[in-house]
Amino acid sequence: MQLASLSANLLFVSFVAYLVATLFFGGAVKGAKLQEAYENNRWGKIAIVITILGFITHLGYFITRWIASSHVPVSNMFEFMTAFAMMIIGAFILLFFLYRTPSLGLFALPLAVVIIGYASMFPRELTPLIPALKSYWLTIHVITAAIGEAILAISAVAGLVFLLKNIDLTKKSKQRFWLESVMFTLILVVGFVLSSSTFTIMGYEAKFTYINKNEQRAQIIYNYPPLFGMNEYESLTPDKMTPLAEMPAIINAKTLTTFVWSVATGVVLYLLLRLILRRPIAALFQPFAKKANSQVMDEIGYRSVVIGFPVFTLGALIFAMIWAHEAWSRFWGWDPKEVWALITWLFYAAYLHLRLSRGWEGEKSAWLAVIGFVIIMFNLIAVNLIIAGLHSYA
Amino acid sequence: MSKINCQCGHENPFGTVLCEQCGRPQTEEAKKSELIDMRYEGSARRSQTYKRSIVDKIWNFFSSVKVGINIIVAVLATSVIGTIFPQKLFVPAVTEADILAYYEKYYGFAGTLYYKLGFYDMYNSWWFITLIGMLGTSIIIASIDRVVPLYKSLKKQRIKRHTSFLKKQRIYAKGQVTNSNSSLAKAEEKLKELRYNVKTEEGALLAEKGRFSRWGPYVNHTGLIIFLFGVLLRGLPGFYVDESIWLREGETRAIPGAPGYYLKNNEFHIETYSKEDDAAFGQAIARVGTIVKNYQSDVTLYKDAEGGLPGQSEQMEFVKDYSIIVNKPLNFDGFNVFQMDYRLDELKSMTFHLTEKATNKSFGEFTVDLNNPERLYELNEGTIVELKDYYPDYDGVENGEPITKSPIPNNPAFIFKMVTPAKPDGEMSFVAIQQTLETEVNDYKVNFVSAETRDITGLVVRKDKTLYILLVGGIIFMIGVAQGSYWNHRRIWIQKGEGNDLFLAGHTNKNWFGLKKELDKVKDFANLPQYEDRLDVETSTGEMKGDTL
Ligand code: HEM
Repeated sequence: MQLASLSANLLFVSFVAYLVATLFFGGAVKGAKLQEAYENNRWGKIAIVITILGFITHLGYFITRWIASSHVPVSNMFEFMTAFAMMIIGAFILLFFLYRTPSLGLFALPLAVVIIGYASMFPRELTPLIPALKSYWLTIHVITAAIGEAILAISAVAGLVFLLKNIDLTKKSKQRFWLESVMFTLILVVGFVLSSSTFTIMGYEAKFTYINKNEQRAQIIYNYPPLFGMNEYESLTPDKMTPLAEMPAIINAKTLTTFVWSVATGVVLYLLLRLILRRPIAALFQPFAKKANSQVMDEIGYRSVVIGFPVFTLGALIFAMIWAHEAWSRFWGWDPKEVWALITWLFYAAYLHLRLSRGWEGEKSAWLAVIGFVIIMFNLIAVNLIIAGLHSYA
Repeated sequence: MSKINCQCGHENPFGTVLCEQCGRPQTEEAKKSELIDMRYEGSARRSQTYKRSIVDKIWNFFSSVKVGINIIVAVLATSVIGTIFPQKLFVPAVTEADILAYYEKYYGFAGTLYYKLGFYDMYNSWWFITLIGMLGTSIIIASIDRVVPLYKSLKKQRIKRHTSFLKKQRIYAKGQVTNSNSSLAKAEEKLKELRYNVKTEEGALLAEKGRFSRWGPYVNHTGLIIFLFGVLLRGLPGFYVDESIWLREGETRAIPGAPGYYLKNNEFHIETYSKEDDAAFGQAIARVGTIVKNYQSDVTLYKDAEGGLPGQSEQMEFVKDYSIIVNKPLNFDGFNVFQMDYRLDELKSMTFHLTEKATNKSFGEFTVDLNNPERLYELNEGTIVELKDYYPDYDGVENGEPITKSPIPNNPAFIFKMVTPAKPDGEMSFVAIQQTLETEVNDYKVNFVSAETRDITGLVVRKDKTLYILLVGGIIFMIGVAQGSYWNHRRIWIQKGEGNDLFLAGHTNKNWFGLKKELDKVKDFANLPQYEDRLDVETSTGEMKGDTL
């Protein structure tokens, strides 16, 4: 138990370290007037040192949690996402030493921060492994796949910097709209973290019984005021809010409630920011991207796909197939999670071919990288929470 | 078709864009462009050269990367659609009508449409399989179309290039140095140190490394094709066994799909995590309830004894004892037996008690084996109970006759005939769970005493001869992508011009940043002219702003 709490503290230290390092990277970018200074200034050096320290404590979190639960800590949403954030930082450190670009850190670190924040909204206690997950392939498959995905995520970060730098935000355009949509989506995640932690701190709990898909009575606890009720719900906590509408059995009204609360919070947050700033959110970040060299950002984007694609193939397809063969007797079963891994793979294959043979470089390639990241996140989050087949976490 | 004769004297095949030897542009387009397209070295590809016959047209269609990408995107899109609702595979219904009803019930109109359009079995649909076939064809044709000419022109390339070739490279410099001979010699030294393969020819130098990475795509495509071939083979009979078997505790049965092998289920058990033994997980157990720790079937494998008749139990030969758990299948002779499912507490036998109603006098107990019931049961004092009829899965009475739903003893019911010394003609009694019916009022009665249950394990038997092919395909694919991704093909040309002029040009298939870093080292060491990257406007114009592409 002590180990578990040590582990939690280490994670918190990393979280803070990434926040602080982001500020220093910001200083590095703002202070640089010349290319030389941009690559080698003091702020940037301090920033990368803090990032590495954060990464080490993050690794410490991972290892202590591994020891405490005696299995690799990637077996539920919280564990997987925090590990994913760690690997994003690792991938960033790798690419930073290849290209020395503080702008990349300025955007990669907040991404990791948001992901850790998101992860922390899920149950954090140690969970035991169900029989299907008890295999050393869990370690090999999930870690390799996550490393691949993290490297691919860096490509999206580089793409985002490229787009922020090169898209004219003073004029109305499709590009501006979509770039602002990306910002908006990130704010929605923040909305989820904010609303969820608010109600958790308040200790909100509403309990219901309902009839599930298999026509059995089951119990469910909401941590948000229930906007939507489960199929034929009956409240066990009558003093709490009554749902506004009842949902049929195939829709998880609890997830829907969480989703609507998060979106609502995000929208309010977004509108407030717009009101205060009086310009698109993307315009707020644009100055920080201006110092980056487009050619280098484009190359980082491509390079990280080139590095990440083989790792992803190995982890998410080949190791996955070997394990699936061992656990479920078939190497491929068209389970939604598998199909989405295939979709991700096909998408990046298309990216490589477009780039290589059709000359899709620069902006087009940057958009593709961002879309690729959306697909990855869709597989990690939505498929688990919504479509969920065999791979759904306990 | 006529050959193309270059000014340098080399005879190039028809369709060549850049002379195979000196690199001079051969087409009007290439002559005019700022930068030449270095893909496939400007070699003559079949698809770019022959465009007449139907074979040419099919060849050209499939060798186009544009078409290839469209096929990839089509597979991607179809796969996405296939995940909107569960596939047929995951629907708990067997007949088509039931499946349709399922989609209609849970997904309404959209579900019905999904069914009607055939999306519910997407990955077995003819159009999906056709797309995969086209993908394979495209990979094969596109690769052959490129690899052969690429190989030839890389082999034929000369060290000395025409300046028009150098001038049209992305990395290019021309400048005066103090002593071109010594610069060239020093460049050679430094390049060798950087592990380049350096070749020289009268005032010209070609440094090259990582050429093998150019074969990466073709190697990985070969891997993909082998993989697809393996998938194709699984459709043929004999390559692939997929059976399932339910095995009760204590039961021995022939393994389906594996003739001559038998499996006995000694015991099936389920273990759950407990707060005491797994203290670290106490919180999670409290939140979720029970969490299963292990499903396990302890089995014994037998096979036909040599020379014995197949299927005779006395002649079975013990092979091994094994505990099948999830993630740890039983392996033998290329077969794998997996733990997949279970049913707990199936009734095995029931014990009854015969009494005289008036005195409560007992005549003893008897036990009915529910899967293999005996007909007669002899009790004390010459009483006999005869099992007249047995309904393992009793489901009410139809047309005056009791009926059974299935042969599985889920709800057994019996008709007993009780023959006692006092009633030698016997009395009839219908006995079901919590229910006894008598046609006339009887003096004797059969009471239920106890039941014994056992577990059933659900196993899957697989044999897949294609797995090795798939694995080989996967490994070759990985070698290919690694080869093409983690190494780059870099070339640097340095040539003397007039006086102390030097030309410098560089090319790489990816990672220009890495090439430039190496070039910088060579430049500083050998005092070469400053090159420019003609695609990087931002650095070369000295400002940090602006659109480069
Ligand atoms: C899912 C299927 C496919 C995968 C995973 C795949 C994978 C790859 C990879 C990893 C590369 C190397 C890219 C790079 O180094 O940046 C490549 C190159 C290439 N692929 Fe594919 N490929 C697929 C399908 C196709 C198809 C259908 C075509 C047909 C047109 C095709 C044609 C090519 C060509 C022409 C190259 C470039 C070869 C060279 O530069 O020498 N590929 N492929």
